[in-house]
Amino acid sequence: MKIRAQIAMVLNLDKCIGCHTCSVTCKQVWTSREGVEYAWFNNVETKPGIGYPKDWENQDRWKGGWTRKRNGTLQPRIGAKWRILANIFANPNLPEIDDYYEPFTFDYTHLQTAPESETMPVARPVSLLTGERMEIKWGPNWEEILGTEFRKRSADRNFEGIQKKIYGEFEKTFMFYLPRLCEHCLNPACVASCPSGSIYKREEDGIVLIDQEKCRGWRMCVSACPYKKIYYNWQSGKAEKCIFCYPRIEAGEPTVCSETCVGRIRYLGVMLYDADRIAQAAATENEQHLYQEQLDLFLDPEDPQVIAQARADGVPEAWLEAARRSPVYRMAIDWKIAFPLHPEYRTLPMVWYVPPLSPVQAAAEAGHVGWKDGLPDVESLRIPVKYLANLLTAGAEAPVISALQRMMAMRMHMRARTVESRDDTAILARVGMTASQVEAMYQTLAIANYEDRYVIPSTHREYAENAFDLKSSCGFSFGQGCYDGRTVGNLFSATGPSAGRMAPPAIREANEAAAAAAAQETGR
Amino acid sequence: MSVVWTGFADYLHDFLFGIYPYICMGVFVIGSLIRFDRDQYTWRSGSSQMLRARQLRWGSNLFHYSILFLFFGHFFGLLTPHWAYEWAIAPADKQLVAVAAGGIAGAVCFVGLSLLLHRRLYDARIRRTSTYADTFILLLLWVQLTLGLVTLPFSLGHSDGVAMLKLSGWAQAIVTLQGGAADLIRGLDFPYLAHLVLGMTLFLVTPFTRLVHIFSAPVWYLFRSWQIVRVRGGSTARPGPVQRPGLAPVPAPALADQRPRVPAE
Repeated sequence: MKIRAQIAMVLNLDKCIGCHTCSVTCKQVWTSREGVEYAWFNNVETKPGIGYPKDWENQDRWKGGWTRKRNGTLQPRIGAKWRILANIFANPNLPEIDDYYEPFTFDYTHLQTAPESETMPVARPVSLLTGERMEIKWGPNWEEILGTEFRKRSADRNFEGIQKKIYGEFEKTFMFYLPRLCEHCLNPACVASCPSGSIYKREEDGIVLIDQEKCRGWRMCVSACPYKKIYYNWQSGKAEKCIFCYPRIEAGEPTVCSETCVGRIRYLGVMLYDADRIAQAAATENEQHLYQEQLDLFLDPEDPQVIAQARADGVPEAWLEAARRSPVYRMAIDWKIAFPLHPEYRTLPMVWYVPPLSPVQAAAEAGHVGWKDGLPDVESLRIPVKYLANLLTAGAEAPVISALQRMMAMRMHMRARTVESRDDTAILARVGMTASQVEAMYQTLAIANYEDRYVIPSTHREYAENAFDLKSSCGFSFGQGCYDGRTVGNLFSATGPSAGRMAPPAIREANEAAAAAAAQETGR
Repeated sequence: MSVVWTGFADYLHDFLFGIYPYICMGVFVIGSLIRFDRDQYTWRSGSSQMLRARQLRWGSNLFHYSILFLFFGHFFGLLTPHWAYEWAIAPADKQLVAVAAGGIAGAVCFVGLSLLLHRRLYDARIRRTSTYADTFILLLLWVQLTLGLVTLPFSLGHSDGVAMLKLSGWAQAIVTLQGGAADLIRGLDFPYLAHLVLGMTLFLVTPFTRLVHIFSAPVWYLFRSWQIVRVRGGSTARPGPVQRPGLAPVPAPALADQRPRVPAE
């Protein structure tokens, strides 16, 4: 047994309001640069929908994740190592930027420089790639709140095994939000597929990072990641990804997306796991067992044997303490209400989700939802359980039903407690929970205090690095020493591609011509 | 022809084939080392596939596979000493093999490179996001390849393989640092000489372009394990708080086994 610790995340989809604050703050901090304008380390999708990039869940098309070979071992779905190298000159499974969207800005200067005219001047969209005017045909969140017609959205792979046609009817339609970021997997396919060996998992906190100095831009990681959460920076020629805000995590602070989450849906906590069993768990034959296999990898932080082994393996004491208070552990293991996203990709993701309980309480009481054994029948909820199961448990419905029932029971119990001043213990017994457990769950999910959501021990850098050596160095950089991370203005890369030249000449010329014409007009 | 002109032509020949090779080799080696050492962030293949896959799938594959063949063909063809193969194959036959293999690979490469160049120049996305070096290097390669193809009929013209022997003699004299190498190829047909000069220029500009990605051909990927886990500090870590001079040593906390950092490229 080799024990490692990781900071894992849980997102409570039941409370996500789809405000995109996480995406916007993340973009402001990490990807508001040329080359990654199209990249959203964190994005929020409306489900059902094909998502961002288009159709990312379709691994027959993008070949992401792992595949289990006949002999029971795993290899990336894009192929064995020799095949990955053979495809290095032109990766056949690489999304094009149009699969994300062509990045654009608007010609705002026109609003100020336009000559007098009968109609209001408009700021027209301009491509950030070519500088030409363009028509926006797709964006990072094109399907927001069921935008586009059902026919297109229903290409969503999670409809597999569902008679999806009826969900196109207005009365039957359903939706929920799915915020997505890098999963910081235990068995990352991106790491495995990187020919340069530039992607790695950090031992101390499990964050998966790309060494920007070692990345050579072979682009295999973009294909191999089934979540499509590695982005190719077309300006620097390097791959970039969510860094789990590691400078903040190291200091014991939550990631930017978590910190700014308006709905308080995100949780961060330490999970201890057995690193020696990863390969075995990921190679389980039946896809529907992967969820349970991953649960079994996690270790009980209260177990004295685990604690002793963790100490021997170098897990700091503060981390063991944080593991015992981990909200992620409670949701995933104690209450079993959190699930990995698409475990069938076999990457053992570490960002988990609490399934959304569609708004039911009132509907249930009004008789729109059936009752079963004293509980509203979760299988008759608006969001089909099968859909959630396809998303979270490789199609196994029982764990999802159990989680939804527990969340439902929590609501009913707390309602009985606060409105009717009585304990509804019968319901709790039915879902296999005690009153104290449910109240802790209520405290975590509903009240969601800051210190209950984020239990992050700071990294003991002083044990591994000599702080004196770091004095006067530049801290966070893009791997270019103290440069600002742009590849412009030196001997080896004299002129950047289009850095700072994004005031598009075509538009500028048009404006100048218009201004000249207007001047002539006035002159006459 | 005037004496002055002949003198200058001789000087130019001596410079281009006696001195220029060493300038190119020097800049190639030292420049690449400096860039690798100081500027690895700029060290990348510079792929534009993500912006436009059309034309690249065919163009890049045809180009890269054939250019690899041509590179190794030139490498071994030029640098294998005559005595090493004279017992096995006559120069005329060797030249025929070289012309046939090089001709086929050259034609394939021409198709691929032309596709890539067309895409680079006429696709608005690619053109606008290219650096000058990206376009320049592609043009240089295209001209160089065309010159290489132009030499083929000349080679067939002297089927005895003498030109080929002269060229490899020159290349071997250059890399073994022998004086007077330039004299070995005096009077050779112009396309050969132009092909040599451009070829050396390719080495010269390599450190300043995306061509450096050739050094990073990730063959060792075949031999590594799937997963990579890095330990902070790696092999250079000095465990424990800093020892302050003159003070009692600070007790070092227990550390996990230090596993080696990822292997260097």
